[in-house]
Amino acid sequence: MLILESLGKQFDGRAAVDRVTLRVARGQMLGVIGRSGAGKSTLLRMINRLVDPTSGLIRHDDRLVSALKGRELMRWRAACAMIFQQFNLVGRLDVVTNVMLGRLNRHGFLGSMAGAFSAAERAVALQALDRLGIAQTALQRAETLSGGQQQRVAIARALLQEPEILLADEPIASLDPRSSKLVMDALRRINRDDKITVIVNLHDLDIARAYCDRIVGLANGSVVFNGAPEDLDSQALETIYGHDVETGSLLDEPRRPTDFRVWAAA
Amino acid sequence: MASQPPVLPATSSQSLSLFERQLKAQRRDKRLSTLVSLGLFLIVLAWSIEVSGFAPSVLLAGLPRFGEYIHLTLPTLSLENLLANTDTKGSIPYWFFNFRHYVVLLFQTINMAILATLVSFVLGAALSFPASRNLAPNRLTYLLARRGLEIARSVPDLVWALLFVWAFGIGPLAGIVAIIVHSTGALGKLFSEINENIPMSPLEGIRATGASWFQEMRYAVLPQVMPLFLSNVLWRFESNIRQSSVIGFVGGGGIGEELYLVIVRNYYEEVSALVLLIVLTVTCIDLLSAHVRHGLIGKERLA
Repeated sequence: MLILESLGKQFDGRAAVDRVTLRVARGQMLGVIGRSGAGKSTLLRMINRLVDPTSGLIRHDDRLVSALKGRELMRWRAACAMIFQQFNLVGRLDVVTNVMLGRLNRHGFLGSMAGAFSAAERAVALQALDRLGIAQTALQRAETLSGGQQQRVAIARALLQEPEILLADEPIASLDPRSSKLVMDALRRINRDDKITVIVNLHDLDIARAYCDRIVGLANGSVVFNGAPEDLDSQALETIYGHDVETGSLLDEPRRPTDFRVWAAA
Repeated sequence: MASQPPVLPATSSQSLSLFERQLKAQRRDKRLSTLVSLGLFLIVLAWSIEVSGFAPSVLLAGLPRFGEYIHLTLPTLSLENLLANTDTKGSIPYWFFNFRHYVVLLFQTINMAILATLVSFVLGAALSFPASRNLAPNRLTYLLARRGLEIARSVPDLVWALLFVWAFGIGPLAGIVAIIVHSTGALGKLFSEINENIPMSPLEGIRATGASWFQEMRYAVLPQVMPLFLSNVLWRFESNIRQSSVIGFVGGGGIGEELYLVIVRNYYEEVSALVLLIVLTVTCIDLLSAHVRHGLIGKERLA
């Protein structure tokens, strides 16, 4: 169980995240939605401590995450994997090495400086790539892959961390619809099969509805909605996205030619 | 506010004249600052000529003596004996009678440069990470690394050599250590500037896996900067070859010691023989290394 208690982050006196209190049960797939600048990204970055909170607590089981330091903090990050909108792979390294980097936390100083990964680790990395359907790219440089492939490499890297939680910060925001589906399917499969808690930031409402067990809506850094996807009515959407021209179309019928709910059910 | 004239024409003519005024003011300011800096530059130039005693008359008077010295060092070669043995005056072998000795010293000199370059590459690379503003783990290590590299770099290697000759005695060791210290400072600075221009997202990706700072440097930074590091270190190698051939002047080993010896003893012909050898070697290595360097850069562009 991941618990956020009155979690807050100030940037130059402005609250990016404002007193967020949230419980995420083990094995849940939680979607976080909201306009850009609502604090979704900051919230996720605080959970694995890429960003330090300015107030509040983060707990995971009996671990007080918000107080971790040094080696303990690194161990937490290893247990709480993260994937990013821009994939954040090392473009000049080959794919299989990128995936094995998920094991760095278990390597000592000398071994990792020498770049020594074991045959067993290579095997696990290949397995993970195969599971995501991109084993054939293993020896290519990561930067030569398409966006959708790169994001799946990032997921494979996260899998090698054998995490308890997987954070996904706008994982499909720079992908085409087909790649988006592949990535979202992969996230849900990992959530279901490996019992890994997944917290995913999305700005696409239909995708959030189609894939997530529960949805949290953020507006101006605060939680304004927390419930099942089917409770997300037009009134709730108005509190999340506000009422203006830009988001007006969101409240209408789905304007996308592709319906993700059909895909997700497939 | 209440009754505005038709917006477009009024605004455009007004804003146009405002723009013209601002443009004129800007140009005036720029001209003024150019004139002021030019004036300052001339004052400083005049002052430095005064202080250093850089007088064209002395320069002109000295030029013939320059040629005179070169003329003295030139060997007397005779066409009929050009390829005769070392005992015959006027032959090339006579001119280069000490060739074997020179080759041994040249070999030593090149090896000094190679060793010094390798060690300073490793040290400079290691120190460049804490000396990069975007990578340093904290302000203290950043300042320490930065200042350390500055000291190493700002003291010329000949001065370092004097110090190390005093400590380790005359010989290649002092010269090698001197070149290592100076080029570690130079490379560390260059490398840290390369580091400061890399995209940071791979570092974030690695950090999120629970990796340490060292692992971030090793896996997220090093792969990005390595090609640039390599082409810079080759350039440094060329300069270290030149440095290692003069470091012997102060007792740092290599062919410089021999050159110093023949210069102070006025063995004129040997001076020209040695200088010719050094110039040929340095040129060959420069060409070779430039070739490798361009190969590296070219391959990078294609990939």
